[in-house]
Amino acid sequence: MSEPLLKLDGLTKAYPGVVANADVSFEIAKGEVHALLGENGAGKSTLVKTIYGLVQPDRGEMRMNGAAFAPAEPRAARAAGVAMVFQHFSLFDALNVAENVALGMENPPPLGQLAQQIREVSRSYGLPLDPSRTVGDLSAGERQRVEIIRCLLQEPRLLIMDEPTSVLTPQEVEILFETLRKLRAEGVSILYISHKLEEIRALCDTATILRQGRVVGKCDPKTTAARDMAEQMVGATLSTPSRSLGATGEVVLELKGLSAPAPRAFGTALRDIDLELRAGEVLGIGGVAGNGQDELAMALSGEMATAPGMIRFKGREIGRLGVTARRRIGLLCAPEERMGHAAVPDMSLTENAMLTAGPREDLVRHGFLRWGRAKGYAEKVIETFDVRTPGAGTAARALSGGNLQKFVIGREILQRPEILVVNQPTWGVDAMAAATIRQALLDLAERGAAVIVISQDLDELMEISDRFAALNAGRLGAPRPAEGLGLHEIGMMLGGAHDMEPALGES
Amino acid sequence: MSNIDPVLLLSALIVVSTPILLAAIGELVVERAGVLNLGVEGMMITGAVCGFVVATASGSPWLGFAGAALGAAALSMVFGVLTQVFLSNQVATGLALTLFGLGLSALLGQGYIGVKGPSVPDLYLPLLRDIPVLGPVLFRHDIIVYLALGIVAGVAWFLNRSRAGRVLRAVGENHDAAHALGYKVVRVRLMAIAFGGACAGLGGAYLSLVRVPQWTEGMTAGAGWIALAIVVFASWRPGRLVLGAWLFGGTTALQLALQASGGVQIPIEYLQMAPYLATILVLVILRTGRAPGSLGRSFHASS
Repeated sequence: MSEPLLKLDGLTKAYPGVVANADVSFEIAKGEVHALLGENGAGKSTLVKTIYGLVQPDRGEMRMNGAAFAPAEPRAARAAGVAMVFQHFSLFDALNVAENVALGMENPPPLGQLAQQIREVSRSYGLPLDPSRTVGDLSAGERQRVEIIRCLLQEPRLLIMDEPTSVLTPQEVEILFETLRKLRAEGVSILYISHKLEEIRALCDTATILRQGRVVGKCDPKTTAARDMAEQMVGATLSTPSRSLGATGEVVLELKGLSAPAPRAFGTALRDIDLELRAGEVLGIGGVAGNGQDELAMALSGEMATAPGMIRFKGREIGRLGVTARRRIGLLCAPEERMGHAAVPDMSLTENAMLTAGPREDLVRHGFLRWGRAKGYAEKVIETFDVRTPGAGTAARALSGGNLQKFVIGREILQRPEILVVNQPTWGVDAMAAATIRQALLDLAERGAAVIVISQDLDELMEISDRFAALNAGRLGAPRPAEGLGLHEIGMMLGGAHDMEPALGES
Repeated sequence: MSNIDPVLLLSALIVVSTPILLAAIGELVVERAGVLNLGVEGMMITGAVCGFVVATASGSPWLGFAGAALGAAALSMVFGVLTQVFLSNQVATGLALTLFGLGLSALLGQGYIGVKGPSVPDLYLPLLRDIPVLGPVLFRHDIIVYLALGIVAGVAWFLNRSRAGRVLRAVGENHDAAHALGYKVVRVRLMAIAFGGACAGLGGAYLSLVRVPQWTEGMTAGAGWIALAIVVFASWRPGRLVLGAWLFGGTTALQLALQASGGVQIPIEYLQMAPYLATILVLVILRTGRAPGSLGRSFHASS
């Protein structure tokens, strides 16, 4: 075995109140795909930011090819051959592909020449991309290709990929893996960060597992069971959500030709969506990010008005009703973004409870707030959903992602909705909290409510949905029973890989 | 109406629009970097008084323009440090900067009211100036008029063709991503703010040294606000900025000519309103482009 490409030794980084990395050591060999596994908040991001020069460690050192490696800024890391594809893309919507690529390079050639290079690299790695397109118009998969090509043009020795598949269709994931395997064959090392175990088993050669900032295990993912890795990651035994399939009832929500223009620049217009939702069922809506998920959630919640007849609640036209009026009749919604959309960060949990539960829980009378009742309601949510917080007076901003998510979902569920729409209910939430939330949604459906779950996590949708439908460019496909749907079929429903097939044939 | 000379009118349009064009092109760069500086009016009037004071003291209008640019840039750095280093709210700080600039200029200008400053000579362009119609409209102005158009062309080139301009746009579009790629967001923005200040200062000095030309308190009379509006009207694009400035300049020149001709029997207050109304109207009617993604948001390099 030759010398490792990168060796981390005792890296420690503390922020006020939290130790992000504690004495982290591991090695990445040349030409291997190394998985870094861990829950949200396990310290993965801090660690890769250290390698990329965005964060300076308090203690510990790194060696690359035997020489000391302590990048003071990303530029130094890039010069040493480290490239990174970010989880939240570091792209600029209003700029075109070539300009975006140029911004990530040390000495970019003139744009015309660069465009030519982009075409060449995209051809040889099977990642079709037009350099002159505006990034804001690209799909999530295409945006990721921009990031990857930006990295490849710098001929990296170590490629860091932070949760690269969270926004891709199964087909796009396959193509990405082909590219990564090709890079590995060329001797590039890849540090692959994820919490999706099946992907890691399919792709990676070694895995390092982090929990609460520490290395808690190393394993060969090809021979270790996914469940074992998951339990090391979480540090507890996991249970899968369960439900007894109840009979579904009458139609409670009907969408007829729901169409709406995009509410903002780079948004997606909704096109002619038809849907019938029955009491007691969970409908999963999947799709690659940016295909109309947010817009559909807005149309259902009442944030975006539509023509009256496009949305019917038990036969009544509600397309023009506002958010509060819809809440009053029992159509509730928990949006995707916790901070600032579902909850006001600087307000206490009591105040946040009041914001959506006011009309149904009788927390407002004659225009005055009833603090006692509101506090009682917030406490009920906290207790029922095991929200870890000092009390209802705590500001929403002080809660961890998982706890706040439990609170905002619980706040809706306890209002006994007839229809609940949730968008990305477990995005960025740790596995334990995610399991709690999914179980709560299933319990709600069992009690006779209709639930719409919009999510990009296909495993989640398969786990809890009765029926599954896919959004693609603002159109909703016909729902199909979720049981027995294969990954390939789902991929086809999601619209498959965007213009991928010819490129695959070439490579 | 008949006694309005269209050649004189067009010539006046160019002169009237120049200070707004200068202030607006500076603000355009600032906003493309993701900063909303509402202090344009304050920086303009500070430039106007600094320019006038330096020019009368030195006898050179050129030193006056240099002093105006420096003075207003220094004032813009107050805004820059407050918003970029201490992360104060950009809207509130910008409004405060306008109020501060108005007060400061009144203080500095005491003793200069009614004084006559040095005059700015026309740039003598032989041959070109003698072309009928085009000559008087385009080629009989002072050098600052051409400098302003040169700055606009330079900014257009800088933003779309140069690497530094691309970085500036990136910072304005998504400051977190720019930071993640290792660009110095705060430094880029401070430089943009200083440039915006200098341009606003030049615009102000053009009022006090060429257009009026003397010092009066509050002489910018809302030109800075119009400059701000024109940046939006232009969808943050330099080419359209020139059209916006000419539209405002043209209606202003026209209403002045109408007043002078006395041919229109309506209260002159309506005429004075016209340029502002026209600009607002066009702003409302025209679909504006998309604002830079990070416009007005504070940046802090945490996590």
